[in-house]
Amino acid sequence: MFSIGLGHYLTLAAIIFTIGVVGIFLNRKNVIVILMSIELILLAVNINLVAFSIFINDLSGQIFTLFILTVAAAEAAIGLAIIVVYFRNSDTIRVEEIKNLKG
Amino acid sequence: MIAHSVFFYIFSLIAIVSAVMVTVSKNTVHSVFFLILDFISISCLFIMIGAEFLGMIMLIVYVGAVAVLFLFVVMMLNVAEQKGQWFSSRWDGGTHIPVGLLVSLIIFFELIIVIGGWKYKPDLLNSLSINISTEVTNTRSIGNVLYTDYILLFQISGMILLVAMIGAIVLTYRERAGVKRQSYIKQISRERNEGVDLVEAERNKGVKIDV
Repeated sequence: MFSIGLGHYLTLAAIIFTIGVVGIFLNRKNVIVILMSIELILLAVNINLVAFSIFINDLSGQIFTLFILTVAAAEAAIGLAIIVVYFRNSDTIRVEEIKNLKG
Repeated sequence: MIAHSVFFYIFSLIAIVSAVMVTVSKNTVHSVFFLILDFISISCLFIMIGAEFLGMIMLIVYVGAVAVLFLFVVMMLNVAEQKGQWFSSRWDGGTHIPVGLLVSLIIFFELIIVIGGWKYKPDLLNSLSINISTEVTNTRSIGNVLYTDYILLFQISGMILLVAMIGAIVLTYRERAGVKRQSYIKQISRERNEGVDLVEAERNKGVKIDV
Protein backbone atom coordinates (compact mmCIF):
# COMPACT_ATOMS: atom_id res chain seq x y z
CA MET A 1 0.00 0.00 0.00
CA PHE A 2 2.62 2.49 1.00
CA SER A 3 5.39 1.58 -1.41
CA ILE A 4 4.51 2.88 -4.82
CA GLY A 5 5.79 0.51 -7.44
CA LEU A 6 5.51 0.18 -11.16
CA GLY A 7 2.16 -1.53 -10.84
CA HIS A 8 0.54 1.52 -9.32
CA TYR A 9 1.56 3.68 -12.25
CA LEU A 10 0.47 1.07 -14.76
CA THR A 11 -2.90 0.74 -13.04
CA LEU A 12 -3.37 4.49 -13.13
CA ALA A 13 -2.52 4.47 -16.84
CA ALA A 14 -4.96 1.62 -17.44
CA ILE A 15 -7.75 3.50 -15.66
CA ILE A 16 -7.13 6.68 -17.64
CA PHE A 17 -6.89 4.72 -20.90
CA THR A 18 -10.23 3.07 -20.18
CA ILE A 19 -11.85 6.40 -19.36
CA GLY A 20 -10.65 7.67 -22.72
CA VAL A 21 -12.14 4.66 -24.49
CA VAL A 22 -15.42 5.18 -22.62
CA GLY A 23 -15.39 8.81 -23.72
CA ILE A 24 -15.00 7.79 -27.35
CA PHE A 25 -17.72 5.17 -27.14
CA LEU A 26 -20.37 7.01 -25.22
CA ASN A 27 -20.03 10.45 -26.65
CA ARG A 28 -22.86 11.74 -28.76
CA LYS A 29 -22.22 15.38 -28.07
CA ASN A 30 -19.54 16.79 -30.27
CA VAL A 31 -16.32 15.76 -31.91
CA ILE A 32 -14.15 17.98 -29.73
CA VAL A 33 -14.82 15.78 -26.71
CA ILE A 34 -13.76 12.77 -28.78
CA LEU A 35 -10.47 14.54 -29.58
CA MET A 36 -10.04 15.20 -25.86
CA SER A 37 -10.59 11.50 -25.15
CA ILE A 38 -7.85 10.70 -27.67
CA GLU A 39 -5.59 13.06 -25.76
CA LEU A 40 -6.44 11.14 -22.58
CA ILE A 41 -5.48 7.86 -24.24
CA LEU A 42 -2.15 9.33 -25.39
CA LEU A 43 -1.61 10.58 -21.85
CA ALA A 44 -2.11 7.07 -20.50
CA VAL A 45 0.46 5.77 -22.98
CA ASN A 46 2.84 8.47 -21.82
CA ILE A 47 2.38 7.44 -18.20
CA ASN A 48 3.23 3.86 -19.12
CA LEU A 49 6.34 4.86 -21.03
CA VAL A 50 7.64 7.18 -18.32
CA ALA A 51 6.95 4.69 -15.52
CA PHE A 52 8.79 1.90 -17.34
CA SER A 53 11.64 4.23 -18.24
CA ILE A 54 12.09 5.28 -14.63
CA PHE A 55 11.79 1.84 -13.11
CA ILE A 56 13.97 0.05 -15.66
CA ASN A 57 16.40 2.97 -15.60
CA ASP A 58 16.46 3.37 -19.35
CA LEU A 59 16.00 6.77 -20.92
CA SER A 60 14.52 5.76 -24.25
CA GLY A 61 11.02 5.64 -22.79
CA GLN A 62 11.19 9.32 -21.95
CA ILE A 63 12.54 10.09 -25.42
CA PHE A 64 9.59 8.33 -26.98
CA THR A 65 7.24 10.19 -24.67
CA LEU A 66 8.69 13.37 -26.10
CA PHE A 67 7.94 12.18 -29.64
CA ILE A 68 4.42 11.16 -28.63
CA LEU A 69 3.96 14.68 -27.26
CA THR A 70 4.94 16.26 -30.58
CA VAL A 71 2.73 13.90 -32.56
CA ALA A 72 -0.18 14.56 -30.19
CA ALA A 73 0.24 18.29 -30.62
CA ALA A 74 0.29 17.93 -34.40
CA GLU A 75 -2.76 15.67 -34.30
CA ALA A 76 -4.69 18.11 -32.14
CA ALA A 77 -3.88 21.00 -34.48
CA ILE A 78 -4.91 19.09 -37.62
CA GLY A 79 -8.01 17.61 -36.00
CA LEU A 80 -9.24 20.94 -34.72
CA ALA A 81 -8.62 22.51 -38.13
CA ILE A 82 -10.71 19.77 -39.75
CA ILE A 83 -13.47 20.35 -37.18
CA VAL A 84 -13.46 24.09 -37.89
CA VAL A 85 -13.73 23.46 -41.63
CA TYR A 86 -16.52 20.94 -41.11
CA PHE A 87 -18.43 23.33 -38.88
CA ARG A 88 -18.14 26.03 -41.52
CA ASN A 89 -19.54 23.73 -44.18
CA SER A 90 -22.37 22.04 -42.33
CA ASP A 91 -23.07 24.15 -39.21
CA THR A 92 -22.94 21.24 -36.80
CA ILE A 93 -20.37 19.04 -35.11
CA ARG A 94 -22.79 16.74 -33.35
CA VAL A 95 -21.49 13.21 -33.67
CA GLU A 96 -24.77 11.69 -34.78
CA GLU A 97 -25.31 14.28 -37.49
CA ILE A 98 -21.94 13.74 -39.10
CA LYS A 99 -22.91 11.06 -41.54
CA ASN A 100 -21.74 12.31 -44.87
CA LEU A 101 -19.40 9.37 -45.15
CA LYS A 102 -22.23 6.85 -44.56
CA GLY A 103 -20.01 4.99 -42.16
CA MET B 1 8.37 7.02 1.25
CA ILE B 2 5.02 7.59 2.91
CA ALA B 3 4.94 11.16 1.64
CA HIS B 4 5.66 9.87 -1.86
CA SER B 5 2.79 7.42 -1.71
CA VAL B 6 0.40 9.97 -0.22
CA PHE B 7 1.18 12.43 -2.99
CA PHE B 8 0.88 9.67 -5.56
CA TYR B 9 -2.61 8.80 -4.34
CA ILE B 10 -3.68 12.44 -4.22
CA PHE B 11 -2.48 13.24 -7.73
CA SER B 12 -3.76 10.03 -9.26
CA LEU B 13 -7.15 10.54 -7.63
CA ILE B 14 -7.32 14.05 -9.07
CA ALA B 15 -6.24 12.70 -12.45
CA ILE B 16 -8.86 9.95 -12.53
CA VAL B 17 -11.69 12.18 -11.32
CA SER B 18 -10.86 14.88 -13.83
CA ALA B 19 -10.57 12.32 -16.63
CA VAL B 20 -14.07 11.13 -15.75
CA MET B 21 -15.27 14.72 -15.70
CA VAL B 22 -13.77 15.30 -19.16
CA THR B 23 -16.01 12.64 -20.61
CA VAL B 24 -19.21 13.25 -18.63
CA SER B 25 -19.21 17.02 -18.29
CA LYS B 26 -22.18 18.65 -19.94
CA ASN B 27 -20.38 21.79 -20.93
CA THR B 28 -17.53 21.42 -23.38
CA VAL B 29 -15.63 24.33 -21.87
CA HIS B 30 -15.74 22.57 -18.52
CA SER B 31 -14.33 19.43 -20.06
CA VAL B 32 -11.44 21.41 -21.52
CA PHE B 33 -10.69 22.78 -18.07
CA PHE B 34 -10.83 19.30 -16.56
CA LEU B 35 -8.44 18.15 -19.29
CA ILE B 36 -6.05 20.88 -18.16
CA LEU B 37 -6.39 19.70 -14.55
CA ASP B 38 -5.68 16.15 -15.65
CA PHE B 39 -2.52 17.17 -17.49
CA ILE B 40 -1.33 19.20 -14.53
CA SER B 41 -1.77 16.35 -12.06
CA ILE B 42 -0.10 13.84 -14.37
CA SER B 43 2.84 16.17 -14.89
CA CYS B 44 3.08 16.50 -11.10
CA LEU B 45 3.33 12.70 -11.01
CA PHE B 46 6.08 12.82 -13.64
CA ILE B 47 8.03 15.40 -11.67
CA MET B 48 7.57 13.32 -8.52
CA ILE B 49 8.87 10.15 -10.13
CA GLY B 50 12.00 11.89 -11.42
CA ALA B 51 11.13 12.73 -15.01
CA GLU B 52 11.02 16.43 -14.35
CA PHE B 53 11.91 17.51 -17.88
CA LEU B 54 8.95 15.66 -19.33
CA GLY B 55 6.67 17.03 -16.64
CA MET B 56 7.62 20.58 -17.44
CA ILE B 57 7.42 19.96 -21.20
CA MET B 58 3.99 18.49 -20.70
CA LEU B 59 2.88 21.56 -18.79
CA ILE B 60 4.19 23.80 -21.58
CA VAL B 61 2.95 21.79 -24.54
CA TYR B 62 -0.37 20.48 -23.30
CA VAL B 63 -1.57 23.13 -20.87
CA GLY B 64 0.01 26.04 -22.69
CA ALA B 65 -0.65 25.08 -26.29
CA VAL B 66 -2.99 22.16 -26.89
CA ALA B 67 -5.58 22.96 -24.22
CA VAL B 68 -5.64 26.62 -25.21
CA LEU B 69 -6.15 25.52 -28.82
CA PHE B 70 -9.08 23.38 -27.68
CA LEU B 71 -10.49 26.32 -25.76
CA PHE B 72 -10.19 28.55 -28.81
CA VAL B 73 -12.03 26.09 -30.99
CA VAL B 74 -14.73 25.37 -28.41
CA MET B 75 -15.41 29.03 -27.91
CA MET B 76 -15.18 29.84 -31.62
CA LEU B 77 -17.67 27.21 -32.72
CA ASN B 78 -21.21 27.56 -31.57
CA VAL B 79 -21.65 24.46 -29.44
CA ALA B 80 -23.65 26.16 -26.73
CA GLU B 81 -26.98 24.75 -27.83
CA GLN B 82 -25.71 21.22 -27.37
CA LYS B 83 -25.06 21.86 -23.72
CA GLY B 84 -27.99 20.03 -22.22
CA GLN B 85 -27.72 16.84 -24.20
CA TRP B 86 -25.64 14.38 -22.32
CA PHE B 87 -24.90 11.03 -23.94
CA SER B 88 -28.44 10.93 -25.24
CA SER B 89 -28.96 10.18 -28.84
CA ARG B 90 -31.78 11.71 -30.78
CA TRP B 91 -32.65 8.63 -32.80
CA ASP B 92 -31.82 5.46 -30.97
CA GLY B 93 -32.77 5.32 -27.34
CA GLY B 94 -29.23 5.15 -26.00
CA THR B 95 -28.45 1.55 -26.89
CA HIS B 96 -24.81 2.43 -27.41
CA ILE B 97 -24.32 3.02 -23.68
CA PRO B 98 -24.28 -0.61 -22.40
CA VAL B 99 -22.27 -1.78 -25.40
CA GLY B 100 -19.69 0.94 -24.92
CA LEU B 101 -19.43 0.28 -21.20
CA LEU B 102 -19.03 -3.45 -21.82
CA VAL B 103 -16.24 -2.98 -24.37
CA SER B 104 -14.46 -0.50 -22.10
CA LEU B 105 -14.70 -2.86 -19.12
CA ILE B 106 -13.25 -5.68 -21.21
CA ILE B 107 -10.35 -3.44 -22.26
CA PHE B 108 -9.76 -2.40 -18.64
CA PHE B 109 -9.67 -5.97 -17.37
CA GLU B 110 -7.33 -6.97 -20.17
CA LEU B 111 -4.97 -4.20 -19.14
CA ILE B 112 -5.21 -5.25 -15.50
CA ILE B 113 -4.45 -8.84 -16.45
CA VAL B 114 -1.40 -7.69 -18.37
CA ILE B 115 -0.25 -5.64 -15.39
CA GLY B 116 -0.87 -8.45 -12.93
CA GLY B 117 0.99 -10.82 -15.21
CA TRP B 118 4.30 -10.33 -13.62
CA LYS B 119 3.01 -11.29 -10.23
CA TYR B 120 3.76 -14.70 -11.67
CA LYS B 121 7.10 -13.65 -13.10
CA PRO B 122 8.47 -11.28 -10.50
CA ASP B 123 12.07 -11.42 -11.70
CA LEU B 124 11.12 -9.43 -14.77
CA LEU B 125 11.99 -6.30 -12.87
CA ASN B 126 14.04 -7.05 -9.83
CA SER B 127 14.75 -3.48 -8.82
CA LEU B 128 11.42 -1.85 -8.25
CA SER B 129 12.79 1.19 -6.53
CA ILE B 130 13.19 4.63 -7.93
CA ASN B 131 16.82 5.62 -8.11
CA ILE B 132 17.01 9.25 -9.09
CA SER B 133 20.61 10.09 -9.74
CA THR B 134 21.63 13.35 -8.18
CA GLU B 135 24.80 14.19 -10.06
CA VAL B 136 23.33 14.22 -13.56
CA THR B 137 20.04 16.04 -14.01
CA ASN B 138 17.21 14.55 -15.97
CA THR B 139 17.32 17.29 -18.59
CA ARG B 140 21.01 16.79 -19.18
CA SER B 141 20.74 13.04 -19.59
CA ILE B 142 17.80 13.40 -21.97
CA GLY B 143 19.79 15.92 -23.97
CA ASN B 144 22.76 13.58 -24.10
CA VAL B 145 20.63 10.88 -25.66
CA LEU B 146 18.25 13.00 -27.70
CA TYR B 147 20.84 14.89 -29.72
CA THR B 148 23.08 11.91 -30.40
CA ASP B 149 21.23 8.63 -30.75
CA TYR B 150 17.81 9.98 -31.60
CA ILE B 151 18.79 12.96 -33.74
CA LEU B 152 17.03 11.62 -36.84
CA LEU B 153 13.78 11.08 -34.96
CA PHE B 154 14.15 14.52 -33.45
CA GLN B 155 14.47 16.11 -36.88
CA ILE B 156 11.56 14.08 -38.20
CA SER B 157 9.35 15.21 -35.33
CA GLY B 158 10.24 18.78 -36.20
CA MET B 159 9.18 18.10 -39.78
CA ILE B 160 5.91 16.61 -38.50
CA LEU B 161 5.20 19.77 -36.54
CA LEU B 162 5.97 21.89 -39.60
CA VAL B 163 3.66 19.80 -41.78
CA ALA B 164 0.92 20.01 -39.14
CA MET B 165 1.26 23.77 -38.95
CA ILE B 166 1.09 24.19 -42.72
CA GLY B 167 -1.80 21.75 -42.91
CA ALA B 168 -3.82 23.55 -40.28
CA ILE B 169 -3.25 26.88 -42.02
CA VAL B 170 -4.18 25.46 -45.44
CA LEU B 171 -7.30 23.78 -44.06
CA THR B 172 -8.71 26.80 -42.31
CA TYR B 173 -7.67 29.40 -44.86
CA ARG B 174 -10.43 30.96 -46.89
CA GLU B 175 -10.40 33.71 -49.44
CA ARG B 176 -12.50 36.69 -48.48
CA ALA B 177 -13.87 39.11 -51.03
CA GLY B 178 -13.04 42.76 -50.73
CA VAL B 179 -9.96 42.45 -48.57
CA LYS B 180 -6.94 44.42 -49.66
CA ARG B 181 -3.79 42.43 -49.25
CA GLN B 182 -0.13 42.70 -50.02
CA SER B 183 1.26 41.02 -53.12
CA TYR B 184 4.98 40.48 -52.87
CA ILE B 185 5.36 39.55 -56.52
CA LYS B 186 3.72 42.74 -57.67
CA GLN B 187 5.85 44.76 -55.27
CA ILE B 188 9.11 43.19 -56.32
CA SER B 189 8.44 43.18 -60.06
CA ARG B 190 7.54 46.85 -60.17
CA GLU B 191 9.62 48.71 -62.77
CA ARG B 192 10.65 52.30 -62.92
CA ASN B 193 8.81 53.20 -66.09
CA GLU B 194 5.45 52.02 -64.81
CA GLY B 195 5.84 53.37 -61.30
CA VAL B 196 7.15 56.83 -62.06
CA ASP B 197 5.48 59.25 -64.42
CA LEU B 198 7.22 62.42 -65.52
CA VAL B 199 4.75 65.24 -66.02
CA GLU B 200 5.58 68.57 -67.46
CA ALA B 201 3.93 71.07 -65.15
CA GLU B 202 2.94 74.43 -66.44
CA ARG B 203 3.30 77.51 -64.39
CA ASN B 204 0.29 78.49 -62.24
CA LYS B 205 -1.82 75.70 -63.68
CA GLY B 206 -1.17 72.58 -61.59
CA VAL B 207 -1.19 69.02 -62.78
CA LYS B 208 -4.12 66.71 -63.20
CA ILE B 209 -3.36 63.21 -62.07
CA ASP B 210 -5.38 60.25 -63.14
CA VAL B 211 -5.06 57.51 -60.60
